[in-house]
Amino acid sequence: MNPKSVLVFIEQNDKEIANVSLELICEARRLANQLKTSVSAAVLGFGLKKKLDVLAHYGSDEIYYVEDKRLEHFTSVPYAKIIAELITKHQPQIVLFGATINGRDLAPRVSAALSCGLTADCTNLQIGDYNFQGKTKENILLQIRPAFGGNIIATIVSPDCSPSMASVREGVMKMSAPDQNRKAKIIEEKCELTASDFPTEVCEVARAAKSVDLKGSKIIVAAGMGVSSKESLDLVKKLATALGAEIGCTRPVVDAGLLPLECQIGQTGSTVRPNLYIACGISGQLQHWTGISESKRIIAINSDPNAPILKVAHYSIVGDLNDVIPKMLKKIMSYE
Amino acid sequence: MVLRIITLVKQVPDTANIPDNAMKADGTVNRSALPAITNPEDLNALEEALKIKGLITAITLGPPSAIKVLKESLYRGADDAVLVTDAKFAASDTLATSYALTKAIEKIGKFDIILCGRQAIDGDTAQVGPQIAQKLGINQLTGVVEIISADKEHVKVKRIIDGGYEILKSPLPVLITVRGEANEPRGPSVKRAMLYKNITCKCNESYDEAYLHPEIGCSCENIKQWSAEDLKADLKMCGLSGSPTKVKNIENVVLAARNTRMIANTAEDIGALMQELTKEHIIG
Repeated sequence: MNPKSVLVFIEQNDKEIANVSLELICEARRLANQLKTSVSAAVLGFGLKKKLDVLAHYGSDEIYYVEDKRLEHFTSVPYAKIIAELITKHQPQIVLFGATINGRDLAPRVSAALSCGLTADCTNLQIGDYNFQGKTKENILLQIRPAFGGNIIATIVSPDCSPSMASVREGVMKMSAPDQNRKAKIIEEKCELTASDFPTEVCEVARAAKSVDLKGSKIIVAAGMGVSSKESLDLVKKLATALGAEIGCTRPVVDAGLLPLECQIGQTGSTVRPNLYIACGISGQLQHWTGISESKRIIAINSDPNAPILKVAHYSIVGDLNDVIPKMLKKIMSYE
Repeated sequence: MVLRIITLVKQVPDTANIPDNAMKADGTVNRSALPAITNPEDLNALEEALKIKGLITAITLGPPSAIKVLKESLYRGADDAVLVTDAKFAASDTLATSYALTKAIEKIGKFDIILCGRQAIDGDTAQVGPQIAQKLGINQLTGVVEIISADKEHVKVKRIIDGGYEILKSPLPVLITVRGEANEPRGPSVKRAMLYKNITCKCNESYDEAYLHPEIGCSCENIKQWSAEDLKADLKMCGLSGSPTKVKNIENVVLAARNTRMIANTAEDIGALMQELTKEHIIG
C-alpha cells in the first residue's frame, strides 16, 4: 500500500496484545497523519488472528501477521530476523518498539541487522527538519529523551538511514479512543525459518498478574531516597493504605532493594497520570519528573528546601516526612 | 575443556553518587567532575564469569584512561585484558560502539560466552550487547539474573521478563547480559592488585593463547592495546561517521516553575490542605 508507513512492532504475551503496543499505534497514527502516510503493525505469534481487530480500531491501516507455532513465545533470534525482513520488504520510514524487556532485547538486534539508528526510551516523538552541513532533511523523526542523569534533554535524529527507529516505555504515549468500525488490511506473511533460527529453548515461563497497578491508580504515594529507613518506608506505606493509593518510588529506591522494580516511576519505569501524586523525600530529577509531570495534583514533601521538586509541585511542604506524614494521617483518620 | 569467556566492561561517570562539587551553579552536573567507575552491572557480569571458572578476557572501548576499569577486572580475577582505544572511535553511538567491540572480539577469535552488564548507567540504552550478538551472528540472552548451568555445549539461565521470569537454554557461543540482582560482585583481591597495580598497555600486542595454559605459569604481562588499524576496522563504520544517530540539539533542562503553594509544616495547614483536596474529590 504505502511504502513509507509508520510501523509498530506489536508485542504479545500469552496471546494478549501488550498495552504499550496499542499506545504506540495511537502515537504512530498521530505521526502518520502529519506525514500523510499509513500505520502498519507487525504481529508475530500463533493463534492471534481473532485478536488483530483491535489494532485497526486504534489506527492501523495494514497488519503484517506472521503465524508460526514456534513464534508463540518471544525469543531473540527468530523475532529479530523476521522483523528485519519485514522492514526490508516493506520499507517503513519509522519503526516503533515498546521499551519492554523483550522490546529492548529485540530492537537493538534489528537495528544492527539493518545498520539503522535506534534511540531507547524516548519520552516524546515529533516530526521535524534537521539541518546539517548545509543540507536539510525534511520531515524526519525527532527522538527526544532525557540523558546524562536527567540534567539534559536530547533530540536525536537518524538522518541518513531508513527507517528511523525508537523505543518508548509503557504509559508515555496517550491512548486515543478506539473506533470499532475501523478496518485494516491483514497481510499474512510466511515464516521462512529453519530450526537453526531458533537457538533458544524455552524451558519454563512463570508470569504472575501484576501486583501493582500504577497506571490505573487515582492516587500514588511515592518514596524517594529521603525515605532511608524501614520506619519511614512503613510510614509512606501507611499513608498509601489510608488513602487507598498505590506505592511508587524512584529508581534509587529500587536499586537499593527497598521496593520492587514494578514500583519504579520515571523515564526508565512507569509513566503515571494520577489525580494526586504525593512525592515523599523525592528530589525531582528530570528522569523521575518526566514520569509524573502530568499528574493532576502533586504534593511534594522534602526536608531540603532547595530540592527542585518543591518548585514544580502544586503544593510543597518543607519538612521531614517522618514529621509531615503523621499530620496527614491524623487528618485522614479523623474522617473515619 | 575450559570455557573461553569474554567480559565487556565500560567506564562510566558515577551518576548514582554525585558529589556536591560536581554540581554547577546553574544546577546542572559537571560530568567531568564525577568519579569514573566500572559500570556496576559489568561487575555483576564479571562475577558470573568468575563463577563459571572459565578463562576470562576483559575488553573495554574507551579513552586511554579506561585502563582503570581493565585493572579493576584483573584485580577481581580476569585473566587477560584488551583496551580498544583510538580517536577514530570517539563520538560513537551504540551501533558504532558495537562495531568496534565486535572487531576486537573477532580479533580474539575463539570464545564460548560473552558476558556484559545489561545496560550502562550513563546511557541506560541496553543496546550494545544485542547489537554485538547480531553482528557476530550468535544468540543472546538478555537481563539474566542467574546462570543455572554452563557446560561446554550449553548454558541454562534465568531471565527476567515483564511480570515474571523464564528459564532458557542456549547452545554456545552466546552473549549474555546480566542484571544487578544476579549477584554481589566480589571486591578486588589484594594479591592480584599488587600483581597488576603497575601493569601497562602494549600497542598492537597480538592475542596469544599462552594465558589459556595456566600450567605454563604465565600471567597477563601487559594489557593489549588495539587501535582501529590493529582491528582492520572500516573507518566508515567507526566513530561519528559510523553512527547513524546524531544529536540534533541538547537543552539544559530547568523545570518550569509552577505557581507552587507552600504549605507550612503545621497540623493546621496540612490538615487544611487535606480537607481542601477532599472537597475537590481528589482524595476520599
